[in-house]
Amino acid sequence: MSLSLSRCEKTRSNRIPAVGQTNSIGMFYMDSKELAKFARRKLLEMVYRARAAHVASSLSVVDILAVLYAENLSDEFGDSSPPSVILSKGHAAAALYSVLAGVGVIPISWLEDYCADGAQLTGHVTAGIPGVDFSTGSLGHGLPFGLGVALARKLSGDNRRVFVVMSDGELNEGTTWESALQASQFSLSNLVVLIDRNGLQSLDSTENTLALEPIDKKWRSFGWDTYQVDGHNHEAMGEQLMKRRESQSPQVIICSTVKGKGVSFMEDSVLWHYRSPNESEFREAIRELSVE
Amino acid sequence: MREIFIDELVQLSRQETNLFLCVGDLGFGVIEPFAEEFPERFINAGVAEQSMSSLAAGLASEGNTVFTYSIANFPTFRALEQIRNDIAYHRFNVVIVAVGAGVAYGSLGYSHHAIEDLAVMRAIPGIGIYSPSNERELRASMRRILREGGPAYLRLGKATHTPSTEHEETDITLPRHLRGLGEKLVLTTGEICDNVLAAVAELPKSISEQLSVFSVPYLGYDALFSFLIRRNPDLVITIEEHRRSGGLGSLLLEIVSDSGIPARVERLGFPEVTRYKIGSRDFILGQVGLHPQGISSKIEALFV
Repeated sequence: MSLSLSRCEKTRSNRIPAVGQTNSIGMFYMDSKELAKFARRKLLEMVYRARAAHVASSLSVVDILAVLYAENLSDEFGDSSPPSVILSKGHAAAALYSVLAGVGVIPISWLEDYCADGAQLTGHVTAGIPGVDFSTGSLGHGLPFGLGVALARKLSGDNRRVFVVMSDGELNEGTTWESALQASQFSLSNLVVLIDRNGLQSLDSTENTLALEPIDKKWRSFGWDTYQVDGHNHEAMGEQLMKRRESQSPQVIICSTVKGKGVSFMEDSVLWHYRSPNESEFREAIRELSVE
Repeated sequence: MREIFIDELVQLSRQETNLFLCVGDLGFGVIEPFAEEFPERFINAGVAEQSMSSLAAGLASEGNTVFTYSIANFPTFRALEQIRNDIAYHRFNVVIVAVGAGVAYGSLGYSHHAIEDLAVMRAIPGIGIYSPSNERELRASMRRILREGGPAYLRLGKATHTPSTEHEETDITLPRHLRGLGEKLVLTTGEICDNVLAAVAELPKSISEQLSVFSVPYLGYDALFSFLIRRNPDLVITIEEHRRSGGLGSLLLEIVSDSGIPARVERLGFPEVTRYKIGSRDFILGQVGLHPQGISSKIEALFV
């Protein structure tokens, strides 16, 4: 069962948009698994064409983003606008852009120019791109910023939640823990952090760099409601995100993922943090992603 | 100055409902008037300036104007990347307030001496830099900051000073005339204005009559450029409670060079040393020649 709920009453379609088709009036009705499949293929194309880095980081976070965008998380509050998602691991921009294109927030044609000179879509997410309110690129900024947004909303009685998607390597940054203290203190139950826990960072595994485990105990000790899910299981993630909560505490969902997920030779490999696929690698990757 | 800042903030907050004050666990005995009247708009982020600055950006992104507040270099240096990437780049309405400009916190030592902050804030585009020398300039700066919107840096001395002149408030972006009608310009900024005036009063008339002295509360390139073109001086002396490089003096050097006006710029400020004798503000300023006597000697030496 994949999660799919209507977001936009104007356009209902359960097709993945064809290349060149854009939606200027709202978001597509999109099945999260189809969206993830579409996004994986698209981001491979983007990264290959642009000879860009961070393909594996993008592949690990696609399912998390697909669930956030396909799942109508605003619906429970009667709001049909897109979810407030801050991609704090901004280097996974290709994943976010391809998901945004998949739901019609940005034109698919923009993906072709990813990282090109003067292009709309740059190597890290940039404010001003529809669907992106905050530019990230340096780690450790998205959570404190998202916390500020959540705080503003709580104080003004705005129910909309704020979703901050972080990497596990990013937990090295001190501001993470400053925010962890603050969110608890301010009872920001509308703040949801999702950690793309793929176990790798740029030179080595996280545990060989700055050992993070036990991550769940750490967050819990800071007063956060802490959950662990399989970051490639759409049902599990959706279920967690849609749970009605009475708690006054902020929420962190540790999503176990595989870096490079979806392309066998890119999986669980530090090399593919930076490496851009060559032609034969690209063809092999696309072949794998087309089989399902 | 910080009491006046809070007082003005309280007054403004009675009219504007979206003003917030975020402090880095500082301001005891100062921030209470605001915190008590507007508890829902007062946030203590703890001793956490980086996250406080990003938090302020997030708060501002929802349609608020946020003042971040700490002392010395903590609101700036500690959170510089946040100021650059989160605040200035996005042009959010965040006002970074640093209390204790220069060596106001003299005896607390080097960690509490803010003498490179103007240089560092100037390096980031999009931040309006305000360095008021007295109450009037401070209140006018705050009102302009709110009118203009966007990021700003407000550099405050610690103590309260009586107004240096009784002139009517004019455009805060323009240098404010303090004394003298001479053609050679003496430009100063912030609390040290008092030492500058005392220094000029000590000068022989043959020198002081050649000078006009101005307070520069707003370090804006365009405003000062126009001002300089109009005045067309052959000598500009700048005096600041800041390094000689990167602040007011360097701004004037840039302007003089860009404008083509054949003026000499003489910059008075802190020397490039990190270890100097520590004491009260007056003591330290004396050590580095920024007390009235030190300033007047340096000015006098230009006229031999």
